[in-house]
Amino acid sequence: MLLYTLQRLLQSVAVLFAVSIAVFLAVYSVGNPVDLLISPEATQAERAAMIAKMGLDQPVWAQYFTFLGNALQGDMGTSFVHGIPALQLILSRMPATFELVVLALLLASAIGIPIGLWVGLRDGSRGARMVMTSSILGYSIPSFWKGMVLILVFAVWLNWLPASGRGDTVLLLGVPFSFLTFDGLSHLAMPVINLAIPNLALMIRLTAAGASEAVHQDYVLFARAKGVRSKRIIRRHILRNILIPIITVLGVEFGALIAFSTITETVFAWPGMGKLLITSIYQLDRPVVVAYVMLITFIFVVVNLLVDFAYAALDPRVKLVENM
Amino acid sequence: MAAPNTRLDRDEIVAVRQPLTNTPQRRAMLGKLKRRPSVRNSLIALLVITLIGLCLPFFAQQDPYDLTSFSVMDNRMPPMSESFDGMVFWLGTDGQGRDMLSAILYGMRISLLVGLVSTALALIIGVSVGLVAAVLGGRIEALLMRLVDFVLGFPSILVALVLLAMIGRGVDKVILAIVMVQWANYARIMRSSALSERRKEYVEAAHNLGYSTGRVMFRHVMPNSLSAVLVLATVQIASAITLEATLSFLGVGVPVTEPSLGLLVANGFDYLMSGAYWISFYPGIALLILIFSLNLVGDRLRTALDPKRS
Repeated sequence: MLLYTLQRLLQSVAVLFAVSIAVFLAVYSVGNPVDLLISPEATQAERAAMIAKMGLDQPVWAQYFTFLGNALQGDMGTSFVHGIPALQLILSRMPATFELVVLALLLASAIGIPIGLWVGLRDGSRGARMVMTSSILGYSIPSFWKGMVLILVFAVWLNWLPASGRGDTVLLLGVPFSFLTFDGLSHLAMPVINLAIPNLALMIRLTAAGASEAVHQDYVLFARAKGVRSKRIIRRHILRNILIPIITVLGVEFGALIAFSTITETVFAWPGMGKLLITSIYQLDRPVVVAYVMLITFIFVVVNLLVDFAYAALDPRVKLVENM
Repeated sequence: MAAPNTRLDRDEIVAVRQPLTNTPQRRAMLGKLKRRPSVRNSLIALLVITLIGLCLPFFAQQDPYDLTSFSVMDNRMPPMSESFDGMVFWLGTDGQGRDMLSAILYGMRISLLVGLVSTALALIIGVSVGLVAAVLGGRIEALLMRLVDFVLGFPSILVALVLLAMIGRGVDKVILAIVMVQWANYARIMRSSALSERRKEYVEAAHNLGYSTGRVMFRHVMPNSLSAVLVLATVQIASAITLEATLSFLGVGVPVTEPSLGLLVANGFDYLMSGAYWISFYPGIALLILIFSLNLVGDRLRTALDPKRS
């Protein structure tokens, strides 16, 4: 177990290392790094000073170690546009994105798991087949277009919900959140629904597949033979067993949704890190793009690590074995 | 069957090809597919849509990229309205006075082409990598599969977005980005089905006949482990089209001169608030039909080929 933990940690560090090399090569070696890293508005003297300061006249491997050393100290460069450290800029947008992602995941699982259970227990019935086909529709709708249709219906035609922005926020532990004010909730509604729909479809399909398989397992048959009421079988036996893969998928989805929220944030002008990424790409604000990639890789690595451990903790049958 | 090859004995061709064309497994598989009307129906629907997408631009009433064929006087006309010279805009016009229906037909072709080409390339690369990993084994397999895990560890949209942010927009670059994120899916599936095929007797027989490893790999193992790959490919075309549309919507995908459905939706976004919904609504519907039918076919194929169900 300890050896496995160490091995996984080492693997995670290796992934971060590989991504840092890839990002470094992408930024520093494709094209002219001077153009990429120094603002095009800089004067000739500023350019020369920057080149010397950033060590762009050094050999590539030396530059990489400077980059890595700075990154390890949390220095990912300064945003050209905002003039503040890129990492700090992204971290200031993080709560908005996390709020969106967490609420979307909660919504998707609160609706998706019961529906999936219902479908899985009635495998093959007309209603179940209809839900399954609609779930295909659910993950087929392009996210950006779905967001626009939501805006069209609820903001332009019905005028019920605001189309963009975050609304009033409340400071919670020094971090602004929208979900505690009515105005904030009305701004949250559409982006959260938009982000949650593909996930809802996934939750339904996952739970349904698990439930329809679990019904025929020996432990369910045994419980039934023992005379356990079917409600209790569903809650104590079936649900408990299928929750294990669901929770691990939820973990993985948390990371994926942070990436996918880029689209939703762009459509609804939600001031999160995804919107920041897109704006930075437009404005050629490379340090922010680089910092975003490194930060999200870090989040992914941590989430994957947690998911692996959660899996072992939840399912006593799973033994973490090191492989060489 | 192809004409007898001069370099090979005809009997040898028959001996080699027969297991591929007429195995009992293959017959059972096709039988299963034929017995399911839902598979047949969705396949037919898909074929019709693809044909429409690839051929109909020739029937479009105007060339949306020929600046002389439309007039800015006709801009933002609602669906079913008529132009100066009596042409009916079935789905309205965009901000430049372009007929939306024609633009959608052209856009669909670009979306389909990007989806099909990138899927084909990703499939070829992924299948080769998976096959090589399964057959060679050892350190090469471990290395390749680590790489696959690494690529699949990140959401496709993020990788493609950042990649395109670095290399710029363009149809070829979008295809490159999609291939970069998709090949690993095929490699993983191909490896696992090739590993299970490799233990079967016909592979041993082929080895004993003295065929080279490459020949056994590509002529025997690969064709027999393709069914899972093909199911995946159907769904992957859909996700390639979605990815392309999303990237184009975000402004890093295809260039403005070759607008796909995603870019059309993006162009209409600015007019949405003023109520000119049709400019982005209808291209999105076209996109949705395309993606939904592909996913539906993928789902039905998977159910039909699932060995656990009869």
